[in-house]
Amino acid sequence: MDDAYEARSIRTDLGGIIVKIVGYLFIGFFSLCCLLPFLLVLGTSFTSESAIKRFGFNFWPREFSTFSYKIVFENPDLMIGSYLVTIGITVCGTALGLFLVAMTGYALQRPDFAYRNRISFFIYFTTLFTGGLVPFYLLVTQYLSLKDNYLAVLLPGLLSPFLIIMMKSFVRSIPHAITESAKIDGAGDFTIFIRLILPMTTPALATIGLFIALGYWNEWYNSMLFLSPDMKYRPLQLFLYNVITSADFIRNSAAASNVELRDVPLESMKMATAIVATGPVILFYPFVQRYFIKGITVGAVKG
Amino acid sequence: MEITTPTKVRKRPQLHRIQNGRFRRFWNNKTLLLMCLPAIVFFIIFAYLPMPGLYLAFIKYNYTDGIFKSPFVGFDNFRFLVMTGDLWRLTFNTVVYNLAFILLGNVLQIVVAVFLNEIRLKWFKKLTQTLMFLPHFISAVLIGLIAYNVLSYDYGLLNSILTSLGFDPVKTYSNAGIWPFIIVLTYLWQSTGYGSIVYFAAIMGLDNEIIEAAEIDGAGAFQRIRYIVLPWLKPTFIILLLFSLGGILRGNFGLFFNLVGANNTALYATTDIIETYVFRALMTNFNFSIGSAVSLYQSVFGFIVVMTANWLVKKVSPDNSLF
Repeated sequence: MDDAYEARSIRTDLGGIIVKIVGYLFIGFFSLCCLLPFLLVLGTSFTSESAIKRFGFNFWPREFSTFSYKIVFENPDLMIGSYLVTIGITVCGTALGLFLVAMTGYALQRPDFAYRNRISFFIYFTTLFTGGLVPFYLLVTQYLSLKDNYLAVLLPGLLSPFLIIMMKSFVRSIPHAITESAKIDGAGDFTIFIRLILPMTTPALATIGLFIALGYWNEWYNSMLFLSPDMKYRPLQLFLYNVITSADFIRNSAAASNVELRDVPLESMKMATAIVATGPVILFYPFVQRYFIKGITVGAVKG
Repeated sequence: MEITTPTKVRKRPQLHRIQNGRFRRFWNNKTLLLMCLPAIVFFIIFAYLPMPGLYLAFIKYNYTDGIFKSPFVGFDNFRFLVMTGDLWRLTFNTVVYNLAFILLGNVLQIVVAVFLNEIRLKWFKKLTQTLMFLPHFISAVLIGLIAYNVLSYDYGLLNSILTSLGFDPVKTYSNAGIWPFIIVLTYLWQSTGYGSIVYFAAIMGLDNEIIEAAEIDGAGAFQRIRYIVLPWLKPTFIILLLFSLGGILRGNFGLFFNLVGANNTALYATTDIIETYVFRALMTNFNFSIGSAVSLYQSVFGFIVVMTANWLVKKVSPDNSLF
């Protein structure tokens, strides 16, 4: 190393060090802020109700107790039912939705498809102008008669312009020559899609499938709109919403576990239910995170 | 490319041949069309069929008469919304919240992306990235519960901290004034990590040679960020900004609804946005016509705003425009 290089690195060292220190501190602090609320919920779920009443919610249980989990698991009927409903909706919705998104995205990306622009705009227009909530609600409840039907949750989540656009940008990276040569060999469009395109786009399918699955797993809006409170088994997030917002709902579900009403740990039950309902997603998420990153970097910039 | 004489063809209008051509084109594309058919049906049902329902905005809907027999009232519903001041309050809240989300959100995302890029410890980078994305993956319901953990008057963490420091506890859920901060902070908490991906990816796309050249010329870390990285992010910033401005009349229903609660009237002044108002009109007040009037207003003005934003994108960078 010559002197000039040495001089430069000494001169820049200070600024570089400051930027690094501030960077590590800032990123570390922000990450901590993202993690701590989850620990707060977790800690509170393991705290006895009397300790909550005295000291409030805390990260670390002052009085450790698994009572609320016991109630949740002792009479797991509702919870398991909710899990099964959500898993069912998520699996069916993701399989069907993924197939439809992929098929539509591929067809709309074919340069030789005469109607691609018209159909693309037809789909895209739905993001520009909507009928709003009230007509949508009347349509689903009165004209499709899907009130209290799980299909009211499953069907509206199948397709979205955003995911079709994402699929289009994934397909764009596959050379059109592949489709063309297969056509020359006599393959039909649908065969090409199933036999050639689908196997070639597995990373894209994983990404899109995860987006759809996450949407269904976290879905509570349509459930709240279309599933009435007298349905016994409701999707997980709606179940959680009812637990959080209604003390009666907790008391009713705890009553089956032969717990005295005044002993029901209202606050920690909320947290325990949240942990049981969300835990699997959070444990699963570090493994699939990269697919979401891929999706947003492909889809966000331009459709 | 085949050279044709289009003028000649156009001079002889042969209707059956044109129809034949159309039909042939249709026939040649039949499989691809069939492949799009489910999606077309889907969007017709769930997106296009509700649109004529906005006619509800011009009638005084009552359940017994239904849509077709309820009395037509013209613009009365809109007049009502303007007279009560609801429309102005909803528009103001929705727009100002979105502006805060967009501006603060993008700035924070850029800061996170730039700092992440400075971090060399691999495990630290991976761990912090994972943690920062985490809030994006949970449902709005859980966000509401987390906020309750912090803000609850009796047990919340905030009041525990305040009282231990000798301050008076705050009645968060009845104090409308502090909610803009709570909502914006929660939004930033949830979306910054995930949103920073786009900027981080853009920084990754920056040619290393440029940075090395700058370093050889004696640029320090500050100069590198100030004169190379930030200008490099500027186009992404502008595009994302304009896109999000297109959605400035669309509210984040899940966030507001779960943070504020279904009927916390004490907070409406500062937390009521278009989506929550329409939801209440539908589910609580059963006033379908007022709800539809607000939706129609939102859709029409939203449409104008998107068109304007897209026109601006086209001027800034034609490649990125939507259509």
